[in-house]
Amino acid sequence: MKRILFALALVAGTAQAQDVLIRHATVHTAGSRGTLKNADVLVQGGIIRAVGANLAVPAGMRVFEAGGKPLTPGLFAGLSGIGLEEVSAESSTVDSSLGMGGKGPPQMRPEFDVTLAYNPASMIVPVARLGGLTFAGLSANSTDGGSLIAGQGGVVRLDGDPSAAMIGPRLLFINLGSGADGYSGGSRAGQYMLLDQAFREARGLTPYASPNALLTPAGRETMARYLAGGRIVCDVDRAADIRQLLEFSRKNGLHPIITGGAEAWKVAAQLKAANATVFIHPLQDLPSGFDQLGSRLDNAALLAKAGVRVGFLSPDATHNSRKIRQGAGNAVANGLPWEAGLAAITRVPAEALGVGDKVGRIEVGLNADLVLWDGDPLEVSTLATSVWMHGKAMPMRSRQTELLDRYLKAPGPLPRAYSE
Amino acid sequence: MFQPALVVALAALTATASAAGPIGNADPYPSTYHAIASTPVLLRHATVLTGTGERLDDSDLLMSDGRIVALGKDLEAPANATVIDATGKWVTPGIIDVHSHLGVYSSPGVDAHSDGNEMSSPVTPNVWAEHAIWPQDPGFEAALAGGVTSMQILPGSGNLIGGRGVTVKNVPSVTYQAMKFPGAPWGLKMACGENPKRVYGGKGGSPMTRMGNVAGYRAAFIEAQSYMRDWDKYMAGQAKAGSGEGKKKKKSDAKEAEDAPTRDLGKETLMGAMKGDIRVHIHCYRADEMAIMLDLAKEFGFKVAAFHHGVEAYKIADRLAAEGVCGALWADWWGFKMEALDGIQENIALVDRPVNGCAIVHSDSSEGIQRLNQEAAKVMAQSRRIGLDASPEHAIRWLTANPAKALGIESQTGTLEAGKMADVVVWNGTPFSVYAHAEKVFVDGALLYDRNDKARQPKSDFMLGLGVSP
Repeated sequence: MKRILFALALVAGTAQAQDVLIRHATVHTAGSRGTLKNADVLVQGGIIRAVGANLAVPAGMRVFEAGGKPLTPGLFAGLSGIGLEEVSAESSTVDSSLGMGGKGPPQMRPEFDVTLAYNPASMIVPVARLGGLTFAGLSANSTDGGSLIAGQGGVVRLDGDPSAAMIGPRLLFINLGSGADGYSGGSRAGQYMLLDQAFREARGLTPYASPNALLTPAGRETMARYLAGGRIVCDVDRAADIRQLLEFSRKNGLHPIITGGAEAWKVAAQLKAANATVFIHPLQDLPSGFDQLGSRLDNAALLAKAGVRVGFLSPDATHNSRKIRQGAGNAVANGLPWEAGLAAITRVPAEALGVGDKVGRIEVGLNADLVLWDGDPLEVSTLATSVWMHGKAMPMRSRQTELLDRYLKAPGPLPRAYSE
Repeated sequence: MFQPALVVALAALTATASAAGPIGNADPYPSTYHAIASTPVLLRHATVLTGTGERLDDSDLLMSDGRIVALGKDLEAPANATVIDATGKWVTPGIIDVHSHLGVYSSPGVDAHSDGNEMSSPVTPNVWAEHAIWPQDPGFEAALAGGVTSMQILPGSGNLIGGRGVTVKNVPSVTYQAMKFPGAPWGLKMACGENPKRVYGGKGGSPMTRMGNVAGYRAAFIEAQSYMRDWDKYMAGQAKAGSGEGKKKKKSDAKEAEDAPTRDLGKETLMGAMKGDIRVHIHCYRADEMAIMLDLAKEFGFKVAAFHHGVEAYKIADRLAAEGVCGALWADWWGFKMEALDGIQENIALVDRPVNGCAIVHSDSSEGIQRLNQEAAKVMAQSRRIGLDASPEHAIRWLTANPAKALGIESQTGTLEAGKMADVVVWNGTPFSVYAHAEKVFVDGALLYDRNDKARQPKSDFMLGLGVSP
């Protein structure tokens, strides 16, 4: 084992592709050092080794001149279906949801793990990366015959590497509120009834063969792991439901991550007291349903002011996940401090989802997943000009850029199908 | 600078604009829109994007009686004018969205608010979106805060022929008639591709394929042609009788009614499209399908005003420009269904590129309509990257003049020119930024939204009472 580690280290040390010194950037660390003007970032073996002004250039090191442009950590793509679907409307290409079908008694399959379906070669991955997104939280969903416990997901890095894509712990996704009524007999009150029943089973309080059991033996083991301290992600919008969830969690010793949170600003003090992280949709300002009547554009600003950690979700979970950056910019335009806007799509999601020691900041020891921009990274008219993952410069190409190249040129004597 | 002659000419045009209502009748659901009373407003020292392709730096803009009166330096303030120092502010025409479902798919999105798709038959030109508009949709106010002063509300895309769309002014109102844009032609909503065949094919009906889609449009227009011939023949006869030719005795009114073809609401709409009174707006993603629809339009003698969504419009940008068809498009949505797979972020830029290219940034979304300026900013960034014109004075046309043209209201609004409706937005800086805010929005000269004045922030009836409990 030791020998293997040594061998790997050796490979990393000599892998020129993963070594680079990025010089003279405006480095937005998204960490405790804030923004460093005219700073350098030294990357060796895919890992950030030094951040600061006027770093010495190691012999033979490739130097990238940033010319003062903003450098950020690679951005969070949101809780996503990237790599779990290709075309949303084509069910044969979608693997993010479990539907057990049939009518029988309700069943819960927390052991369902969407990460097993992740396809690093998805055509969406390079598109997301060109938008500066380098990590995503794969989320599990339910469809007909599924349950309010949707299953497990986890964080992937969007470098297309099949062996090293998954990082960090598994996450358990639970849906609450009116959106999950269909899984709880038509009432949100039924959701706590079912969760309580499932928790009892997982704690061994219900014999295996008892009628109406919700969990399989594997499901019990899975649930038990989360009850012992795993990361549970609960989707909930209405203030009353958030309060209920916090109370239910307190009784059960859980510390859920909250997503949705349209009315979270109303219960900011309770969220702060519970030390919760809340992932919101920063563009949500309309009462899209009766759970979201209190939606407002300064939700993030109000939460941050109350000391609640705020992360962002993308308006589109998959294909247009790059729009998460626009959401962050709008939150800033509506009162959120800029640094908090950047943190909400870098450090906060990384830490909340258990990968803060690997991604989400520009700090020594973290993965060199970095993005250079041609302007303010939260501005819609700004584009990513370079993306590094594990220190390696990513090709700035995708299916979309190849379509553009084909149709940008004037037509030639042969059909465009003959162009590269 | 003041051009009273032009104002009169425009007013006359409003009065005579074609109604395309029932034969020989005016619109039975007429606009009751009246500009809200206002006193003259003089904006001083603004950066003005006129929508005609010009940018005026340090310019004044005077509006009075609901109309733009003048633009230029050192304009004289009328005695009763409100003078606003707009130094550092940018001023643009009111934004126009050619594709909205506000009011027909209202917030909150409950079942009772699903009013945009009459999916009981694939061909429903007889239905009118305006008859489903809920004016209390809070989305209207949110869109106003984003600088949107006019929009077309369309039926959805579940049907091959979804029905009539209507253009409204974005003013808070209890009835939709009081929003209805005076004199604006109706739109006819049609849809290509996956949606109709999924809706009906999924139920084992027709259309089940794209073949069935096209057969469906053709059958509907063939019937409408026959209907149009009957009416044309009847109207010609009426004209002849009316002219007293041959000194024949005029038929009795009862006999006349008996001879008239029976009215058919659906065919009436299609006839309006073929006569050019109703603008045809087609939801169509793929380039090859747009080409089919252009042929269909030739077969039945109608004109396509715009292809909506058209994620592949860039593949036939030259043809769209040559045929005077606009592309009403998104900045970056793609991939959610097969026909949207080839979307690229430069689509709008490439549709804009040819001479006579007519690119429109549209929303189709209660979120997107609030930030069409940001959508345009995204396109500008891509345009710049590939070396195309991305100046603010050019790009503003995607949000104002071009949608006005597609809707047939370009003589009234969409640009800041003397005599036009004073639909004006004052922004806190360049509108093409994520940090941009519409600070003041004027509709026909009346200040209907002010970001800094709660008294000028309309609230739908639905939003009342939510904060009553302490």
